[in-house]
Amino acid sequence: MTDLSYVRTEMLPERDPPISTSGVIGWIRANLFDGISNSVLTIASLAFIYWVLSHFIPWFWSPTWNGSSLGNCREMIGAAGKEGGACWGVINERWPQILFGFYPEELRWRPILAFVLMFVALIPILFNMISRRWNWFLLALVLFAAVSFVGSGVIAVLVQIVLAVTMAYVGWQIVTTKGADRADQIKAGAKRLPNPLLFSAAFVFIMPWLLWGGTIWTPLAAAFGFGVGWGAFRLVSPKFGDLAGLILGVVTTFVWWLVLTGPVASGLNGVLPVGLEPVQSRNFGGLLLSVTIGVVAISVSLPLGIVLALGRQSDLMLVKWMSVGFIEFIRGVPLITLLFVASFLLNVFMPPGTNFDIILRVIIMATLFSAAYIAEVVRGGLAALPKGQYEAADALGLDYWKAQRLIIMPQALKISIPGIVSTFIGLFKDTTLVSIIGLLDPIGLSNSIRADTAWNGVVWELYGFIAFLFFILTFSMSRYSMYLERRLRTDHR
Amino acid sequence: MSSIEIERDVDTSHMQVSDKVAIEIRNMNKWFGAFHVLRDIDLTVYEGERIVICGPSGSGKSTLIRCINRLEEHQAGSIVVDGTELSSDLKNVDKVRSEVGMVFQHFNLFPHLTVLENLTLAPIWVRKTPRKEAEEIAMHYLEKVKIPEQALKFPGQLSGGQQQRVAIARSLCMKPRIMLFDEPTSALDPEMIKEVLDTMIELAEEGMTMLVVTHEMGFAEKVANRVIFMDAGQIVEQNAPSAFFNNPQSERTKLFLSQIL
Repeated sequence: MTDLSYVRTEMLPERDPPISTSGVIGWIRANLFDGISNSVLTIASLAFIYWVLSHFIPWFWSPTWNGSSLGNCREMIGAAGKEGGACWGVINERWPQILFGFYPEELRWRPILAFVLMFVALIPILFNMISRRWNWFLLALVLFAAVSFVGSGVIAVLVQIVLAVTMAYVGWQIVTTKGADRADQIKAGAKRLPNPLLFSAAFVFIMPWLLWGGTIWTPLAAAFGFGVGWGAFRLVSPKFGDLAGLILGVVTTFVWWLVLTGPVASGLNGVLPVGLEPVQSRNFGGLLLSVTIGVVAISVSLPLGIVLALGRQSDLMLVKWMSVGFIEFIRGVPLITLLFVASFLLNVFMPPGTNFDIILRVIIMATLFSAAYIAEVVRGGLAALPKGQYEAADALGLDYWKAQRLIIMPQALKISIPGIVSTFIGLFKDTTLVSIIGLLDPIGLSNSIRADTAWNGVVWELYGFIAFLFFILTFSMSRYSMYLERRLRTDHR
Repeated sequence: MSSIEIERDVDTSHMQVSDKVAIEIRNMNKWFGAFHVLRDIDLTVYEGERIVICGPSGSGKSTLIRCINRLEEHQAGSIVVDGTELSSDLKNVDKVRSEVGMVFQHFNLFPHLTVLENLTLAPIWVRKTPRKEAEEIAMHYLEKVKIPEQALKFPGQLSGGQQQRVAIARSLCMKPRIMLFDEPTSALDPEMIKEVLDTMIELAEEGMTMLVVTHEMGFAEKVANRVIFMDAGQIVEQNAPSAFFNNPQSERTKLFLSQIL
C-alpha cells in the first residue's frame, strides 16, 4: 500500500502564461496555423481573397467620375490605358436623384432637415449617454443652422436671435454644471430642463409636415386628435372601466383623424394661412422614399407588434383569436400581395373621390406586415421568461399593465432584440419592393436611369451604389442592436 | 435534510400569538385539472403565529401557501386573509397581495433592475410612496438583512444567500402583515442556508406572522409555534413543535420523521 497522504507547505504564486500562447505570434499560431488542415485552409482563403480583390480594385479604381455617358466613360478608360473599369459618371450625375427622387431641388433642404432632426429626436430614445442639456443644445444648433441656410428677412433674424439666446443659455448651463448625476446637479442649483422626449413626440408631426409641406394646421389638428382620444378615455374610464375607455379613446382619435382633421385644418388655414409649399407624393423617390417608409413602419410596428403579442397570450378569448387570426393571416401572405392590395384594391373599396395617399397606403401595409413578425418575435421573448418573474410581480401586488411595463416587457424585449432588429432590417430592405407597384424607390429609379440612352447598359455601378447606401443603414442598425444588448446586459453570466 | 443546527438563542419576548385571526381557510379544495391537489383544508392562522409546513414532495404544501395570495386559484371553500375574502374580484386579490409578502425558492428577483430598484419598485408603483422615501425604506431593510453595500449591484452579481435575503427585504418593503416562505432555503448551499435562516429568525423575533414551507427541522423546533404535516393534499397532523417531533401520532408522520431526522 503506497502512502496517499500529501500536504502542501507553501502556496504557489501567479505566473504569466507561456509566450507561445500569448501575443501576436501566439494568436496567429493558435488561430491560423493550428495544424495542417487549418494552415491549408488559411492559405487557400488568403489566395481567394487576393483573387477577388485583384479583380475588384482595378475595376473600382477607375478615372470615370466625370464621364457624361457610358461611351464617354469607355473612352476615358481607354485613355488611361486600362482594359475595363467602372463608369462612375452615372453616380456623379444622378446621385441626387437616387437620394431624393423627383423631390423639387430648391426644397431638398426640407427632407435633409427632417432627417437631421430625426436623429436629434432619436437620441433620447436610442441612447442614454447624453444629457438633456446637450440634447436641447443640439436641437437649437440644428435649427439655427437650418434657418441660417434657408431663411431670410426679419422673421428669420428674429428666430436666429431666439435660437442663439437658447444656445447661449443651455451652453452656459453645460459649462457651469457640476455633479455626477442629475440629482446632484439639481441640488447644486442647475435648472431642470424639459424632457427631450417632448421634441421626439412633436417630431412625429413635424416630419410629415416638412416632407409633404402644406399648412401647419394639418399636423397641429392631427396632434390634437391624441388630446381628443385622451379626453374620451378620461371621460369614459371612471364609469365603464379602462378597457372601454381605451377602445373609445382609440376610436375617437381615428374618427377625428379621418373625418374632422381635414375640415378643421383647412378652416384654420383660411383664418391664418401658415405653411410650406406642398410636395406631391409622386415626386417622392429614391432613398428618401425608402427611409420614410422604413422609419414610419419601424416605429409604428414595434408598439403594434407588442400589443399583438400580448393579445395572443390574453385570457380574453376574443382578443386572443383576433390577434392570432391577424398574425397568421399577415404572415401567410407575401408582402408584395399586400402592396398590390394597397396600390390597386384599396381604391376600389374607398368611397369615390377620396384621396388616400399611395405612400400612406404602402406604409400601412408595411407596418402591418412587420407588426405580425414583431409579435411573434416578442412572443418568443415572453416565452423565454421564467414563470417566477410573473409570480414575483403578482405577489408584490403589481397589476397586469404595471407588471408588463416594469417587469415583463423590459426583459422580454431585451431577449428579443436580435430578432426585432432582424425583422426591422428585413422590413427596410423590403421597401425596395415598392418599385413593383410603380413607386420610384432607388431600384425603381435605377431602371429609369438606365432607360436614358446615355446610361443604357450601366448595371454594376448603380446597383453597387444602392447596395452601399442600404448597407450603411442596415449595418448601423445591426451595430446599434449590439450596443443595446451590451448596455442592457445585467445578468453577468 | 435538517442538517442546519440553529446555534444561536432565539429571543422569544416578542413572539406572541394573539387571538386575532390573520388567515381563515375553510373547507378549501383545489384541483389541477382532474388531480385533487388540496382536499378539505381547514386552517386558522392567528396573528403572530410562526407555522412550519412540512411533508413529502407533491403533498400540496407549496400549493397551499400559494393559494393564500392567489398565485393559485382554489375551486371550492373559502380563504379569508385579514378580513378580505379571496374571490375572482381583482380588487380583493390586489389588496391581499399587498398585505402578504412572499419569498420563493428561486428568489425571483428582477434581474434587469438593481437591488435597490428591486426593493423600491412595488412601494413606488403599488403604494405610491415617493421615490426618496421608498429608497430610505429600502436601505433600512437592506441594513436589516445585512447587505446595504450591495444596493447598487444587480442580482446576478450576488451569491444565492444574498439574493434570497434581498428577496426577503423586497417583500418587507411593502410592510406586509403576513409573510409566506415557499422553501426559501432549498436552492442554497449549507453556508448560505444559515444566513437566510438567521434573517428569518430575526423576522420571527419581531413578531411577524409567518407561514414557512421548509425541510429545515432545526428552524421548526426553535422558531415555530406550530408544525403542520401534510400528505396527499390534506393536513395529516399538526401540533406544537416539541410534541410534533417527540410524540408524533399518525403513522404517516412517524414514517416521514424517521426518514428525515
